[in-house]
Amino acid sequence: MTPLAAKDRQDEVQRRGRGLGWMSLGLGVAQLAAPDTVRRISGVDDSATSRAVVPLVGVRELVHAAGLLTSRRKSAWAWTRVAGDAMDLTALGIALARRGGSRRRRLLAVTGAIAAITVVDLLTAVQATRKKDVGSGPARKGGSMELTATTTIRKPTSEVYAFWRDLENLPTFMAHLEQVRTTGARTSRWTADAPFGKDVGWDAEITEEVPGEKIAWRSTGNADVPNTGSVRFVPAPDGVSTEVHVVLAYDIPGGTIGKAVAKYFGEEPHQQLDDDLRRLKQVLETGEVVRSDGAPWGKRARKEFPQRPAQPLSDAELAKGADA
Amino acid sequence: MRANTWAGRNKVEVRDVPDPKILNKRDAIVRITSTAICGSDLHLVDGYVPTMQDGDVMGHEFMGEVVEVGSGVAADRLRVGDRVVVPFPIACGACAACAAELYSCCENTNPNAGIAEKMFGHPVAGIFGYSHLTGGFAGGQAQYARVPFADVGPLKIESDLTDEQVLFLSDILPTGYMGAEMCDIQPSDVVAVWGAGPVGQFAMDSARVLGAAKVIAIDKEPYRLRMAEEAGHIPVNFDEVDVRSRLLELTGGRGPDKCIDAVGLEATHGSAHIAAYDRIKQAVRSETERPHALRQAILSCRSGGVVSVIGVYGGLLDKFPAGAWMNRSLTLRTGQCHVQRYMKPLLERIERGEIDPTRIITHTLPLDEAERGFEIFKNKQDNCEKVVLKP
Ligand SMILES: NC(=O)c1ccc[n+]([C@@H]2O[C@H](COP(=O)([O-])OP(=O)(O)OC[C@H]3O[C@@H](n4cnc5c(N)ncnc54)[C@H](O)[C@@H]3O)[C@@H](O)[C@H]2O)c1
Ligand SMILES: [Zn+2]
Ligand SMILES: [Zn+2]
Repeated sequence: MTPLAAKDRQDEVQRRGRGLGWMSLGLGVAQLAAPDTVRRISGVDDSATSRAVVPLVGVRELVHAAGLLTSRRKSAWAWTRVAGDAMDLTALGIALARRGGSRRRRLLAVTGAIAAITVVDLLTAVQATRKKDVGSGPARKGGSMELTATTTIRKPTSEVYAFWRDLENLPTFMAHLEQVRTTGARTSRWTADAPFGKDVGWDAEITEEVPGEKIAWRSTGNADVPNTGSVRFVPAPDGVSTEVHVVLAYDIPGGTIGKAVAKYFGEEPHQQLDDDLRRLKQVLETGEVVRSDGAPWGKRARKEFPQRPAQPLSDAELAKGADA
Repeated sequence: MRANTWAGRNKVEVRDVPDPKILNKRDAIVRITSTAICGSDLHLVDGYVPTMQDGDVMGHEFMGEVVEVGSGVAADRLRVGDRVVVPFPIACGACAACAAELYSCCENTNPNAGIAEKMFGHPVAGIFGYSHLTGGFAGGQAQYARVPFADVGPLKIESDLTDEQVLFLSDILPTGYMGAEMCDIQPSDVVAVWGAGPVGQFAMDSARVLGAAKVIAIDKEPYRLRMAEEAGHIPVNFDEVDVRSRLLELTGGRGPDKCIDAVGLEATHGSAHIAAYDRIKQAVRSETERPHALRQAILSCRSGGVVSVIGVYGGLLDKFPAGAWMNRSLTLRTGQCHVQRYMKPLLERIERGEIDPTRIITHTLPLDEAERGFEIFKNKQDNCEKVVLKP
């Protein structure tokens, strides 16, 4: 599978996980708020046991919902739904064996619906589990990875273009870069920041430039992590701002460097580029990357939460600086 | 320095922490002379706002004297020695949100914008002492605070008004005022305000200043209702009367023209069953709010009216009366206050004597007694309405 198709599928699994979460929420609320209606529709309104069971199932659904809606690890929570389905099917089987007539017809319909839902749950659980194995997809195993991000900056296109075209500015906001040095009109030498890969560096050349509109570049020679990038600058509809559209693609090797890069991008590779562009916006609009006590290290702030407490830094902490 | 810190759910603790330092060029350090405890702090202490950490310095309502400025702060904007009130949202003054005076939605001041984006769809501004979701900035219940973008937010006080008269320009006075302003008040309007806490009191005063015909205060604390009544508003105790019937009575059956929710996500309910329902749902995380006041405001408001929400909500709520809202052409308006927008005009109103912010102060304590301050404010002991802390 191509990396992009794999990514689409992961998105679809996340989306479906969330969808199932909302469904659990709806079911849980219905079973708790109107248990008698649920019992009638299911054809078990003649049983005293069901009076106790339906609200319990409702509580269980709320637990599924909380997990699926709030956790990033959809796989474990999707499996809890599969287990729940198995419980429901068993209970329905017992109920079916004891009933006839219209109650049996209603029970059969509900059983059919639950069986169909079980298939979706199983599929989601299996795919979510597989997704976890893949980790950040191509980054973990080596392969190519494409990232896109966009932001709007309240400065004219000419200014945003000029800032980016001076490639030596890139490390002020791009977390994975330590330094970019211009070596010619279109050539430059890029050095990675340690978390991305210690001692990783590469030469790059600009492959296309349209002043005020577009810049594209690619690594040249024997780069450790061959990569290409492009950025487009589009006037925003407000007449004062610039939309910045960035595409980066990496050919991630196997081995130690590949591992470091995979670790750098983590579970959500897009987050890195989104944050890069937030910092670009801060630098251009306010002059600097904004620091807080919880996240005092600007682009070296690696972890959003938990971070250091929102409490002033001691002299020692300030002198020590960010963890590499 | 000494600072009041979050020490886990239901616990604050005054501790020794390092003095703040300049981290960005446009920072200033302020020596705090007065600071306050806010209803929003209660949401943090009660554990309803995620991403708090042990040791976070609390507080977002503070003022004091500038003792240091960064190299990027122009001298004509702010100098050492200036006396300033600091607005609670941190705003850059340069992004599209700031250009539109939507300061609490500033696009540049939250270093943790990524988490905020996940929670809210789009990020929100940094806020002092108000969780890592809003940036992880140390707050102002302390002897000193670092104030980023000091050339944008802080309001210089050049007259001899007391701290008590201007401190609340940092948050609750502009917040109450914005609550009333969002109502687009007409001279014939009856305005009902849910919550007679500090924010509610200022929403009532502002509704009066903006020309409302009648202002109604809804709460269950007799002493808070008495305070509202003394200021000329009509009290309704939701523990004693049915709010809906009483509002119909007070408005000739029309319902209030404009309704303000100054309660937020920890509302209580007169009926134990309904209160329990929402508490359970909150506990199992299938909703994060207890929106009794909001529900009641929507159902009570006259058709075509405005429901203005300044009480804080953080996540998801249940049983939102969408039918009433849609079918009766209600307008719902809300926001964390864009404090910077209101500071100057409200300072002028204070100078002219149109609003007296000091009327709500019931307790003044040394910073070291912050813990006790939180306790009496939260539990409504000793007729506590608003606590000012002196570092
Ligand atoms: N939008 C903003 O920018 C902003 C700024 C500051 C505060 N706030 C929020 O405003 C709200 C009020 O703040 P505060 O400092 O006045 O807090 P507070 O806790 O002192 O006041 C809340 C009041 O609401 C009353 N109340 C509870 N349930 C009620 C109900 N069902 N109906 C009517 N009244 C009810 C309580 O008895 C209490 O008196 C909080 O949610 C706070 O976070 C918002
Ligand atoms: Zn406040
Ligand atoms: Zn801004």
